[in-house]
Amino acid sequence: MKHLICIVCPNGCHLDIDDENGFKVTGNRCQRGAEYGKTELTNPTRVLTSTVKISSASHRRCPVKTDGPIPKGKLFEAMDVLDNVELKSPVKRGDVVINNILGTGANLIVTKDM
Amino acid sequence: MKNYDVVVIGAGPAGLAAACEAYQNGAQKILVVERDKEPGGILNQCIHNGFGLHYFKEELTGPEYAGRFEDMLKKTDAELMLDTMVLQISNDRQVTMMNPRQGCFTVQAGAVVLAMGCRERTRGAIGIPGTRPSGILTAGAAQRYINVEGYMVGKRVLILGSGDIGLIMARRLTLEGAKVLACVELMPYCNGLNRNIVQCLNDYNIPLYLSHTITEIKGKRRVEGATVSEVDENRKPIPGTEKYFDCDTILLSVGLIPENELSRNAGIKIDPRTKGPVVYENMETSIPGVFASGNVLHVHDLVDFVTAESQHAGAAAAEYCKQKTEGKAGSEPCIKMVCGSDIGYTVPQYIRPERIDKSVDVFFRVRRNFSTSSLDVTSGGQKLISYPRGHMAPGEMEHITLPKQLLSKAAGGAITISAKEVQK
Repeated sequence: MKHLICIVCPNGCHLDIDDENGFKVTGNRCQRGAEYGKTELTNPTRVLTSTVKISSASHRRCPVKTDGPIPKGKLFEAMDVLDNVELKSPVKRGDVVINNILGTGANLIVTKDM
Repeated sequence: MKNYDVVVIGAGPAGLAAACEAYQNGAQKILVVERDKEPGGILNQCIHNGFGLHYFKEELTGPEYAGRFEDMLKKTDAELMLDTMVLQISNDRQVTMMNPRQGCFTVQAGAVVLAMGCRERTRGAIGIPGTRPSGILTAGAAQRYINVEGYMVGKRVLILGSGDIGLIMARRLTLEGAKVLACVELMPYCNGLNRNIVQCLNDYNIPLYLSHTITEIKGKRRVEGATVSEVDENRKPIPGTEKYFDCDTILLSVGLIPENELSRNAGIKIDPRTKGPVVYENMETSIPGVFASGNVLHVHDLVDFVTAESQHAGAAAAEYCKQKTEGKAGSEPCIKMVCGSDIGYTVPQYIRPERIDKSVDVFFRVRRNFSTSSLDVTSGGQKLISYPRGHMAPGEMEHITLPKQLLSKAAGGAITISAKEVQK
């Protein structure tokens, strides 16, 4: 039995996961908690949020995120990719900056109109 | 003097939601005043995700959450005045402000919504011994430098305090290439959300020292290191427990203070526990027609609750303008919410049962950690209702919904909420 705190939402449910019996999750208040419990013990993933350079805008950094979770082990590699990105204003919330970043299936998207 | 139905002070999440809701409830002339050059408030620098799960039923980043409300505000006729600082509110709801375009001027508001948010406690507020070099920042200031302005704040970082912003910054600094040595918390429990301990500290193997504090900062021009000591149950450092950290930067995440200079000057009654205005069930302060919501009222953990509270305040402000009555201040029955054992504060502090439709939400924080718990609502020594709860912590705001019929059972004009541990 493994004990985890769910990070899907700010509720932070205390999950018990039976890792010997098909990762059955208890203590979760929603279905997403059950999925998190299983994924976290088999293939942990995170949504990456960061910033990239932007020129001709009111500020120097433009916030971005991956539009889906990527493997935890690829977070730092993805940060290196972001170092080489430079946007030019105007950009819109939801604009795709990088398609399928590092082959994860997730896109890097802009999160603020600038 | 220009007249408005509703003047909202602040265009962060609280102000945006209050203005939109005032419009939906029939207020026609609405002015939103913001001192920054863009709306959105603190959400602009909170680039991480986790916002909007309650309200939008999806996980958004701070800028996305703010962006959606900015879009909503654009669809109303509300006027958004940026780069404008409010200087004074009078008790007859005249609001004086200034900006570089129009100078200093005053408008008359039918109703006012205070949505000024909060600010961070600094080194001065907690008095850390040692020298005064550069490299000591509040976590929010560091967040602004890194996420908006594009400056890195340091290479080897120690974080004092375990508030959510400090935890979020531990992860952010690590991703940006800094080494976060530790997060140090004076209290025996973490002040941030559990999920942030997991995804910001545990994910990156950053140690969390509970019941510890910084007892000396070293460095002449720049921070060169800091000594951390364990504290006893009276929060006094224990000699012999010192650890030295070789760091060049110290971030402080040691609490937030509602920003109520305007409210105090207006003569609005402030609750010393929340450091925000004392409010009734509709978020009305001690001055009729002046409402308050969001972090200026009490510090929230979740923006979704700021939105809900502000919608409530915005709707009440619109309602107040429509009726054009000064209310029956003092003559109406009023129930005082009393904090029983292990309850730190309640919002609202007062409830006027006649103004309740079906039920009223009461928000509060507990004073310590509970594993299996119960929230008891009593009045005049009689138990009115009990709510079973599981885990509760001071870092996580709680709320209960009191049905209207329950309020009629209040004896002596007071209702007490208390928390207690329940044996499994």
